[in-house]
Amino acid sequence: MDAGSMGSSPNLKSQSRCPLQEQFLQRRNSRENLDRFIPNRSAMDFDFANMMLTEGRKGKENPAVSSPSREAYRKQLAEAMNMNRTRILAFKNKPPAPVEMFPREFSSLQQDKPAKPRRYIPQTSEKTLDAPDLVDDYYLNLLDWGSCNVLAIALANTVYLWDATNGSTSELVTFEDEVGSVTSVSWAPDGRHIAIGLDNSEVQLWDSTANKQLRTLRGCHRSRVGSLAWNNHILTTGGMDSCIVNNDVRIRSHIVETYRGHEQEVCGLKWSASGQQLASGGNDNLLHIWDRSVASSNSPTQWLHRLEDHTAAVKALAWCPFQGNLLASGGGGGDRCIKFWNTHTGACLNSVDTGSQVCALLWNKNERELLSSHGFTQNQLTLWKYPSMAKIAELTGHTSRVLYMAQSPDGCTVASAAGDETLRFWNVFGVPEVVKPAPKANPEPFAHLNRIR
Amino acid sequence: MASKTATKDIITLRGSAAIVSEFFGYSANSILYNRGVYPEESFVKVKKYGLPMLLTQDEGLKSFIVNLTAQLSEWLESGKLQRVVLVIMSKATNEVLERWNFSIETDSEVVEQGVLREKSDKEIMREIQAIMRQIASSITYLPCLDEPCVFDVLAYTDKDVAVPFTWIESDPKLITNPEIVKLHSFDTKIHKVNTLVSYKNDEWDEQ
Repeated sequence: MDAGSMGSSPNLKSQSRCPLQEQFLQRRNSRENLDRFIPNRSAMDFDFANMMLTEGRKGKENPAVSSPSREAYRKQLAEAMNMNRTRILAFKNKPPAPVEMFPREFSSLQQDKPAKPRRYIPQTSEKTLDAPDLVDDYYLNLLDWGSCNVLAIALANTVYLWDATNGSTSELVTFEDEVGSVTSVSWAPDGRHIAIGLDNSEVQLWDSTANKQLRTLRGCHRSRVGSLAWNNHILTTGGMDSCIVNNDVRIRSHIVETYRGHEQEVCGLKWSASGQQLASGGNDNLLHIWDRSVASSNSPTQWLHRLEDHTAAVKALAWCPFQGNLLASGGGGGDRCIKFWNTHTGACLNSVDTGSQVCALLWNKNERELLSSHGFTQNQLTLWKYPSMAKIAELTGHTSRVLYMAQSPDGCTVASAAGDETLRFWNVFGVPEVVKPAPKANPEPFAHLNRIR
Repeated sequence: MASKTATKDIITLRGSAAIVSEFFGYSANSILYNRGVYPEESFVKVKKYGLPMLLTQDEGLKSFIVNLTAQLSEWLESGKLQRVVLVIMSKATNEVLERWNFSIETDSEVVEQGVLREKSDKEIMREIQAIMRQIASSITYLPCLDEPCVFDVLAYTDKDVAVPFTWIESDPKLITNPEIVKLHSFDTKIHKVNTLVSYKNDEWDEQ
């Protein structure tokens, strides 16, 4: 393998392992994981359990590799859903309402792109690191990649930072048992400050370069904080108590607003790129869209949309980078669908059954592609072409459901972590170091910030 | 317009796309005038298709329609446009009241191989004129739109079309239990346009 950061200890459980070290030997036996502790929630992942009980071996019938029969099946399904060849488009700038008069500017319309050659997507992970004690809990968000190219991962009570440019690992903080384990991590937009959500309902803010704690946000929740999302200086926290709280981290009384609407734990939380809308998914199968203008006005409900289409917990949420107001959401084990929404109107644009619990979603910033990570049975990452939702690639390697995914700041690499205690890196969105050979001739701004092996 | 010599009426793909997108522009104006979506004073009469056609003077609306027809023309030339729908919705409740559906059948041979077709320009104009008259007379059977309305335009395209960034994905904005009236169609031999209008049942009709 490569001669980068070295831990000479092999993967023996008897020896103490350094986290985030390169793995020489792959785990041979997934049964080893069964001995790992289950987090202290008596209720585990209902979705997974439900799927195990009701669906049984359905996953085994479908081959992992995309075959012609799957294409045909997908076509049938698409025709049945009446959208095989057609997409419906509306002009983004709505026509002026009568009586009003205002000019508009339309930018030049794009031409149809010529067919691009397919890029090569490596089928194996480019790098695998050890992540011992990574908690296998569907409702947590333990992985995030900051804009300064540092990856943060929470293993039990400790938060580790892995610098992607030189591959070095450092421990940021370890919490005592009274505080509890870490339940979520999220980098602030500046890539230097990090928010850590804890099992005891607190949220701590740390400075990663100085390795110092800045403040603790108390009183926002009554139980663990499983999801976090930043919007400039607002840190939005989602808790097991089903509340969503907007905290202004600059001021003393930090709670700015509380969104109530979910009935169970809030496990997915994402702000749109414009910072105007917030998407939240919960264990109650609900997907809420909150709009800053609606929430503050005197409407009967705080939310803009309450979408009930999913039939399992909604954790995977991702806003589309190239189309405003387009949100992709993924359902848990009882639902297994990826659904696309126009968050302006609340309309469901498309729904695709993936056949497996959807744990996380990431959009490709450079191409029109979507990456989803799954659980039983393949534990794969699937790359879809948007909007046709044709499978471009399926990446396997994990031996347990891929609960956490994060994208590198240069948009080329995806890091995925699973209950099999590995952290894997995939060059699925493109090759770093090289200027993209696509029709878009923009050179990558972060191309020089590569990991030195 | 379709390029033609004195003796033959040859239609190219580009010419046909221009005819069809121009037709949309005029029929959209006509629908908006006849259904009272925009105040009548804001329209001005021009001569087109041998009829007095009404065009809006509202700048915003004008530029909206111009950009719309430009994009439709582009899609028509590549054969990717399946239909265009003009939706009239209540301003207050956003409920869809009327749907003017123009579905397009494209002769794919022309798109792929660039052959030419022949049809007399006058013939096409006559067909379009018939549709325009029907739109104008539709007010006799369409339910009154008493409340202020807004409209929107949806384009049904092939899935592989690259979405220009001034357009977004939408839902079809269908009417539940509509009444449907089919109007005349016209054919340039390259594009065939079928028109129909579906509208929400007026409560009075139930009796």
